[in-house]
Amino acid sequence: MIDNSAKAPINVGLFATCLVDLFRPTVGFAAAQLITAAGCTVHVPEQTCCGQPAYNSGDRRHSQEIARQVIETFAAYDYVVVPSGSCGGMIAVHYPELFTDDPEWSRRARALAAKTFELTAFLADVMKIDPVAAQYDGTATYHDGCAGLRELGVRQQPRELLAGVAGLKLEEMAETEACCGFGGTFCVKYGEISTDIVSRKTANVAKTSADLLLAGDLGCLLNIAGRLKREGSSVQVRHVAEVLAGMTDQAPPIGENGEG
Amino acid sequence: MEFMNPSIFKENARAALADKDLRSAMAMLNAGMVPNRQAAVDRLPEFTLLSQRGRELKDHVLGNLDFYLESFERNCKAAGGHVHWCATPADAQAAVLKICRSVDAKTVTKGKSMIAEEIHLNEFLEKHGIEPVETDLGEYIIQLAQEPPSHIIGPAIHKTKDQVSDLFLKHHAKLGRTERQTEPPKMVNEAREILRQKYFDADVGITGANYLIAETGSSIIVTNEGNGDLTQTLPKIHIVVTSLEKVVPTLEDATTFLRILARSATGQEFSAYTTISTGPRRPDDLDGPGEYHVILLDNGRSTMLGSEVQDMLRCIRCGACMNHCPVYQSVGGHTYGTVYVGPMGAVLSPALLGVSETQHLPCASTLCGRCEEVCPVAIPLPRLLRQWRERSFEAGKVPGLERWGLSVWAFFARRPWLYGLAARLAVRGLRYLGRRQGRLRTLWFAGGWTDGRDLPAPEGQTFQERWRRQQAERQRGGAAR
Repeated sequence: MIDNSAKAPINVGLFATCLVDLFRPTVGFAAAQLITAAGCTVHVPEQTCCGQPAYNSGDRRHSQEIARQVIETFAAYDYVVVPSGSCGGMIAVHYPELFTDDPEWSRRARALAAKTFELTAFLADVMKIDPVAAQYDGTATYHDGCAGLRELGVRQQPRELLAGVAGLKLEEMAETEACCGFGGTFCVKYGEISTDIVSRKTANVAKTSADLLLAGDLGCLLNIAGRLKREGSSVQVRHVAEVLAGMTDQAPPIGENGEG
Repeated sequence: MEFMNPSIFKENARAALADKDLRSAMAMLNAGMVPNRQAAVDRLPEFTLLSQRGRELKDHVLGNLDFYLESFERNCKAAGGHVHWCATPADAQAAVLKICRSVDAKTVTKGKSMIAEEIHLNEFLEKHGIEPVETDLGEYIIQLAQEPPSHIIGPAIHKTKDQVSDLFLKHHAKLGRTERQTEPPKMVNEAREILRQKYFDADVGITGANYLIAETGSSIIVTNEGNGDLTQTLPKIHIVVTSLEKVVPTLEDATTFLRILARSATGQEFSAYTTISTGPRRPDDLDGPGEYHVILLDNGRSTMLGSEVQDMLRCIRCGACMNHCPVYQSVGGHTYGTVYVGPMGAVLSPALLGVSETQHLPCASTLCGRCEEVCPVAIPLPRLLRQWRERSFEAGKVPGLERWGLSVWAFFARRPWLYGLAARLAVRGLRYLGRRQGRLRTLWFAGGWTDGRDLPAPEGQTFQERWRRQQAERQRGGAAR
């Protein structure tokens, strides 16, 4: 199976996620750079979405069709790495649940699930990388995306990795583990409730002295950045991979145009 | 806000979000319940073990429910009690009424009972000329306000202290209490003094049950006010209204749940009063009711057995799921329009009322999973919410526009080449619209998003197109070398 010994290359399929593909390519490049630096070869096969919009809307047929497509696309790699706990959780936790009545696809879904990791968990737990050599001068606070935290157990990994970033101070906000109110299509279907939930998050951000909010999920980040900017906050928002890869000069903070 | 109408969840949510009193009451709740539970759990190293044991016990009972219920009935009868099996709320109402009429009851006192809420017992008794008097302080408050509970353990949690002061003045003035009380101890005392005589006047006392004990035929209630004890020991008859899944094998098993219940619910080590009732008063008892009746309600629970939502029957009604739910924390319980609210309500209500009327409830969740994380009996609430979403989708209850949108999206998502093309166009369009500030303040088709927050603009090209271009350039560079 997977051979980590000697010089056999570790082939990683990068599942960029549709939000990164559409909104924030820099996160994809940052993830690729981090995975490469960890000694792996990155592959980006043609891809669309993990299927969560259908899955969370109760549309099982379309969820299965999209899941089969992802399983086929990524089956050949040693690992699948996802810069999102939400989409990572979809593949690693929910794909097997989609095929409980289908032994063959169930087997394939479980095989893919077993080698799928959220980015920071892959770097910290699987590749056990040394502290990253990045630099960022500022104080950051970290939002734990729900699926990463509760489905995949991602909590310490991004913090451990950030501890290696020179110049960066991490100041935890209250209720880092509380949902930001994004919830996929929830934020549009129940927009007013979602806005109220994210306002509690931004209030917690404001109580810290952080000038940067980080998280590992672009859904949460677009939501929190959108609310912070609407409130006129100067707190910048970025995906954790951008800071870890030292690529904060590659794109302005989320929701900003580069001139502050 | 319109009560008890789950189909207008969105309208109720809007009203709730605009209600200043509700917001300040919810802020109090949110600030207290979450850290209180955590502190209580942290103080008990074996909490996780107990919780696991509780879960296993419930699963064992649900797998042998007929056995334990029959055993409960046998032992309850042996102790002199009566058991009434009721398939529907109407059956349960009729059974209660018959018992009340047997002593020509004019008033009944009531301890807190969610099953009484589920069968809308107060309305029913009033309609038949019997006055129900709620004796739990929270229930008493909402009875005065003529509102349903907004939380399964704190029924009046949505009310501010000021609102309660006003409510007491309005209703107690005619009883000679014309001074508006604003200090909680004084308010509680006023309610106690008014309720005191009601206990003596009542012909029947109705309570719920947290647990039914199969081996002894007993029922257990936990309260913090002692009102349940007065309710069940003073009148001629004690009626326990409860449901099938409350049965546990032994008294010792009940203690497993008692140790996790209060900690999960309020963060207390134990509720102030835990009372076990076994049959009516015996000849040498100093007090107690002359008759002891148990109303055992099914109301759809037996059909949940063996179904994909069976895990919901493990619920011990602690309320931790709603205390930790971001949606509940924002909109409160009345928004749900059902007796059971929050995540547990959003899973239970479709089973009790049907998916059609309750279709908003399973959808109005971010599926953040915190409910499952804090559930002391590990009910996979997000998974069960998704189950209902699937049933709703299959039944064609999803609005046409949403269904159409999903189909269009799925059409593209299954055709990567076409998807890539559409994505490249879309990100360029959005980038153009958000070019000035790097974000959009409005977007005509995404008002749900932009009403409350900006939409960060995309960088302008998709990751995949940039990646492939970069790879191609590298290959050309490699070939040139």
